[in-house]
Amino acid sequence: TMKGSIMGVLLVLALVVQDRLAGGLELKSYDYTKYHTMDEISAWMNQMEMENPDVVSSMIYGQTYEKRNIALLKIGLNSTTPKKAIWMDCGIHAREWIAPAFCQYFVKEILGSYKTDSEVNTLLKNLDFYITPVLNMDGYNYSWIDSTTRLWRKSRTPGTGNCTCVGTDLNRNFYANWGMVGISRNCCSEIYNGPSALSEPEAKAVTDFLGMHQNQLLCYLTIHSYGQLILVPYGHPNISAPNYDELMEVGLAAAKAIKAVHGKSYRVGSSPDVLYANSGSSRDFARLIGIPYSFTFELRDEGQHGFILPEDQIQPTCEEAYKGAMSIINYVHDKNFKSAAITVTATLWTTLTALWISSTNVI
Amino acid sequence: MASTGDLEPTHYPARRAAQVALHYLNTHHGSPFRVFGLQQVHKASAEDVAAGGRKYKLDFSVTDWGSGSAGPALRCSADVLFPRTERHSAPEVQLHCEALHQINSTAQEEDAFYQKYISPDSTVSARDIPDSFGNMSEEMQPFWRLARVAASFIMLRESSENTEFNMAKVASVTQQESSEEQLMLEFVVLLHDFPSQEIVQWKLLASWSPDRGVRVLQTEWQPRCPHATKPPN
Repeated sequence: TMKGSIMGVLLVLALVVQDRLAGGLELKSYDYTKYHTMDEISAWMNQMEMENPDVVSSMIYGQTYEKRNIALLKIGLNSTTPKKAIWMDCGIHAREWIAPAFCQYFVKEILGSYKTDSEVNTLLKNLDFYITPVLNMDGYNYSWIDSTTRLWRKSRTPGTGNCTCVGTDLNRNFYANWGMVGISRNCCSEIYNGPSALSEPEAKAVTDFLGMHQNQLLCYLTIHSYGQLILVPYGHPNISAPNYDELMEVGLAAAKAIKAVHGKSYRVGSSPDVLYANSGSSRDFARLIGIPYSFTFELRDEGQHGFILPEDQIQPTCEEAYKGAMSIINYVHDKNFKSAAITVTATLWTTLTALWISSTNVI
Repeated sequence: MASTGDLEPTHYPARRAAQVALHYLNTHHGSPFRVFGLQQVHKASAEDVAAGGRKYKLDFSVTDWGSGSAGPALRCSADVLFPRTERHSAPEVQLHCEALHQINSTAQEEDAFYQKYISPDSTVSARDIPDSFGNMSEEMQPFWRLARVAASFIMLRESSENTEFNMAKVASVTQQESSEEQLMLEFVVLLHDFPSQEIVQWKLLASWSPDRGVRVLQTEWQPRCPHATKPPN
């Protein structure tokens, strides 16, 4: 009958829909080779925490101007004693989409390898990673609205006083030689450093967190694009970090590791040398409060695509940046934990020697 | 503070001067199938000159973005003079690249492209090349390159020691009526300047044919914020 066949069709449709829904909710594989919206990234962060409860926890450490919760993923094996840590943030500048893509890739890599890769396992055992996939959430979200907003850079705080423009450059807003060089006092400028240092809640959130974890943090990595650069402190041409030579050595080693992956050259140097002078950057602040290994990564490319890096370059860019970051992280780790390894080895030899001596005595 | 004498090739003063030489190279040898990019600066030096400008001497390599990473590198040398005048004036470039005429000819593609779009009923019109995800159809790629070459005229003219321009995207391309057997294209391009981090919008009218190459006939700076009124320089 007509009614019967309609019911039959509806039944089949219902089954098909249910099947599609079930497939969607199950093993929804996250595509690390595509750019993701702010909502997708937030959902992904929850998923990482839920799927890896023994090594991942999230922390909300501030709120953006538009009242979004600024969150990071803390990744590391549990320990009874306080651990040293590595900080990584991505997306201080909204239009640099490859940066948040890298943070997500980095998390995926370490979570996917720590059980089988002894090097990564050791890192997660001895260190905690604090990773913020998108710091400037308001700006990032804004850059997704349409093609006219794609190249937004700053925060979304409204201008103060007579200013009708929106936004402060978060990477000029930190309390690190604030306002001294490479900034603009014109609030419409892309490098407007804000009405005052730390006027931006996003910069304040990072500042507070770094301050609270000052003694734990060994390394500060901040990820940007474009330019293919590894930048060492400071942004002011007349100020040099006390460990500049070492930072350059570590940076050059990272660039070498990057080049080995896909042949891309990354230039290494202080910002005033290889790019331009600037002040109020998060990297400078991190170094100033004593985090010894502080670097800015400027990822692909060198200007052909600039901020709008095609999605087919996400994978290779992340692969090389991962090697670069790991080069630095391993250096930092070995410098702080190598002596522990020597102690363990020495103890082992002492024990073995004692056993041998006692065994020969028995004979 | 500017230093005279040898420059570190990986530092920005040499890089910026080399980019200016690249803009010059592209205005002369760029096409819908050829855009040159800087591969590496090998050696650089600078000196202040009598009339109050600064002259850079550069030794660098370039590649054709069209050939990707597989393409050969061309060795070039250039003198780039940044005048020091009260009002900005364009840098002056003298350039020589080895084997420029030996690189793979794109004459066939250029002719095919020309024939396709010179027809009187061709009315190409497109926006956002590339889109927000970096995608660009194959059909649009020669138009992107043409825009990039035409933009090089502007980037060359607007450059100083305190700027470093790249083309961020093509906002729009609108084909105009062909004139004197030239493809006529109106572009709106968005340029990115590193030091200021500004996105600068320019509308321009360019012509192209395989014989005459790219010529820029009109340029107009366009404000991006409603209240902004004067051009950067």
